[in-house]
Amino acid sequence: MVNENLVKDVVKEPYKYGFVTDIETEKIEKGLNEDIIKLISQKKEEPKFLLDFRLKAFKKWQKMKEPDWAALGYKKIDYQDIIYYSAPKQKEKISSLDEVDPKLLETFDKLGIPLTEQKKLTNVAVDAVFDSVSIATTFREELAEHGVIFCSISEAVKNHADLIEKYLGTVVPASDNYFAALNSAVFSDGSFVYIPKGVTCPMDLSSYFRINSGDSGQFERTLIIAEESSSVSYLEGCTAPMFDTNTLHAAVVELIALDDASIKYSTVQNWYAGDEEGIGGIFNFVTKRGKCLGKRSKISWSQVETGSAITWKYPSCLLLGEESVGEFYSVALTNNLQQADTGTKMIHIGPKTKSTIVSKGISAGNSKNSYRGLVKMGTKATGSRNYSQCDSMLIGDQASANTFPYIKSQQPNSEIEHEASTCRISEDQLFYLQSRGIEFEEAVSMMVSGFCRDVFNQLPMEFAAEADKLLALKLEGSVG
Amino acid sequence: MQSKMKESDPILEVENLSASTDNLPILKGVSLTVYPGEIHAIMGRNGCGKSTLSKIIAGHPSYNITNGDIKFLGENINSLEPEERSQSGIFLGFQYPIEIPGVSNLEFLRVSTNARRKFLNKEELDTFDFEELVKEKLEIVKMDHAFLSRSVNQGFSGGEKKRNEILQMALLEPKIAILDETDSGLDIDALRIVASGIKKIFNAQTGIILITHYQRLLDEIKPNYVHVMSDGQIIKTGESDLALKLEEKGYEWTDNFIKET
Repeated sequence: MVNENLVKDVVKEPYKYGFVTDIETEKIEKGLNEDIIKLISQKKEEPKFLLDFRLKAFKKWQKMKEPDWAALGYKKIDYQDIIYYSAPKQKEKISSLDEVDPKLLETFDKLGIPLTEQKKLTNVAVDAVFDSVSIATTFREELAEHGVIFCSISEAVKNHADLIEKYLGTVVPASDNYFAALNSAVFSDGSFVYIPKGVTCPMDLSSYFRINSGDSGQFERTLIIAEESSSVSYLEGCTAPMFDTNTLHAAVVELIALDDASIKYSTVQNWYAGDEEGIGGIFNFVTKRGKCLGKRSKISWSQVETGSAITWKYPSCLLLGEESVGEFYSVALTNNLQQADTGTKMIHIGPKTKSTIVSKGISAGNSKNSYRGLVKMGTKATGSRNYSQCDSMLIGDQASANTFPYIKSQQPNSEIEHEASTCRISEDQLFYLQSRGIEFEEAVSMMVSGFCRDVFNQLPMEFAAEADKLLALKLEGSVG
Repeated sequence: MQSKMKESDPILEVENLSASTDNLPILKGVSLTVYPGEIHAIMGRNGCGKSTLSKIIAGHPSYNITNGDIKFLGENINSLEPEERSQSGIFLGFQYPIEIPGVSNLEFLRVSTNARRKFLNKEELDTFDFEELVKEKLEIVKMDHAFLSRSVNQGFSGGEKKRNEILQMALLEPKIAILDETDSGLDIDALRIVASGIKKIFNAQTGIILITHYQRLLDEIKPNYVHVMSDGQIIKTGESDLALKLEEKGYEWTDNFIKET
């Protein structure tokens, strides 16, 4: 038996992104109806096809029921009590970063995402989203030289309407699920990426999502298109202030990879998780899906999920192209009263398609952590293969871990392999490390990051180091 | 020789130590003093409390000290955390070294070594400097560099695990090493490597407690004292020839001895 109190002491680091930026915002009234949707679309000066897309989605959403199959328990969400558009007040037209409100720049500075020319990160282009709008995107000109488009989705709607009309909703249709329908109706901002044929994106692209307002939801929408023989690595980070109310975050991410294209999508999710009693925190209901449309295309998801009161998220791959590859590498850590129901769907449609799933769930405190995954082999997926590995680690004796693997095969000439394990940090392991002079907390964090090693190896270098630190922070006080 | 040793202060003093786990008494008044330059062997049947004694000295949280004291370099360490004991120079070589999946052996050894160095006010080593140091120490246990990139003890054979323990001892340079059945599960060659490693690390300023069942380790490393434990007590202490007698007569002989006392 590991000493409970000691474990608890390890997980108690205060959330350091919990500050609120005091800034004048433009908010619309609470509630959701056709007029609100028209208002959002009008504010964003959208073309008619997009307003129609939103209204159609809204009609579908009204007929749908909130899903209740996940192993999650939470107070019913009142969708009429949410503000669906909130933006910091800014000048009408901003031509350069110098005109961005210094308070916003300061906010992102504090989050470790400097945006100004002098301080911006040198190896990665950033799109910074604050509540409902994108504030700035760095390195746009440099990327444009390579033909890469990286901007907010609102701008893409204005400047690249043809691409938006062609691809939006083709991977995650509005009718896909309750939260996708809601997002399709009210989505505000997010990132748009287009990599032209034959181009390897010269730097990592990243979006940083910041929720600032307590009573408005964030409904971001991201669309990434990789044309033939192109490749891109995209990173995503998220934080929010500490409020004692729950904030809804319902995002949709769509990825499209054509012949020989590859997209690597990495997330470090650190939304505010609520306090030790489970008060406050983000409700994170996200639909992420990639379509491997082309032959030998590849989509790889890696995620480190440490925040949110509720996480409901299944980044998936539709493997259509012959010999296309889907990957899902996940670390989900829950503590206190956090709940996570996360996993993936690998839908093998084309022949000789291949998928790999590596999921590591760590539950501490009184938290609940479930892996839910579907591997499906369609009738034409001959010679396809899947390998899944789902490991859970329990810290303390109040936390729970579940694994729900669903396997459906309509193709006898395919292989599906599933391995699962559950472990606990044992007193003997802790004693062994301690008896070598390693402090208790460091011993725990060494073991946790050892447990996650296979996934961390998939993350971009700097992200991996950050994820390691983040996990250690999150666990501080939880292990004993 | 004997008197010269006693002129210096003892490294370790175990005084009338009693301890229990889950309210079950395991140690019933053990006393043992180790001076610099001394090698003590502790022998006895399985379950007599040998391993428990070693774990309690290292600070294992499962055991409660119900009576008595453990002093290290004159200071009472009864309430020190295991990591504090290690940093200050107590080393426990495990009978069954623990596997830590995903944690690289090299990183583990570096963090461990630096914890000890920090205590000694020595400069902590970065990855490159540590590589140099560890290369040198690998020689002592004749281990291949490839061991370093594997996870701690994972998939190691019994002999490899024990050699990894001695490698740790070599890196940490403890004042006192308690080696719990380091010889068990080793073939003759591995035993010689391990024994010669221990001898290289041992010096006149340090002490060793060897817990063993077999004479063959004591042939390689000659102890100054041999203690026989039974039912949580040291029932007899002698010089190295006591081990030979035990080898010859078996533990039954010590049963008679208990009757005598």
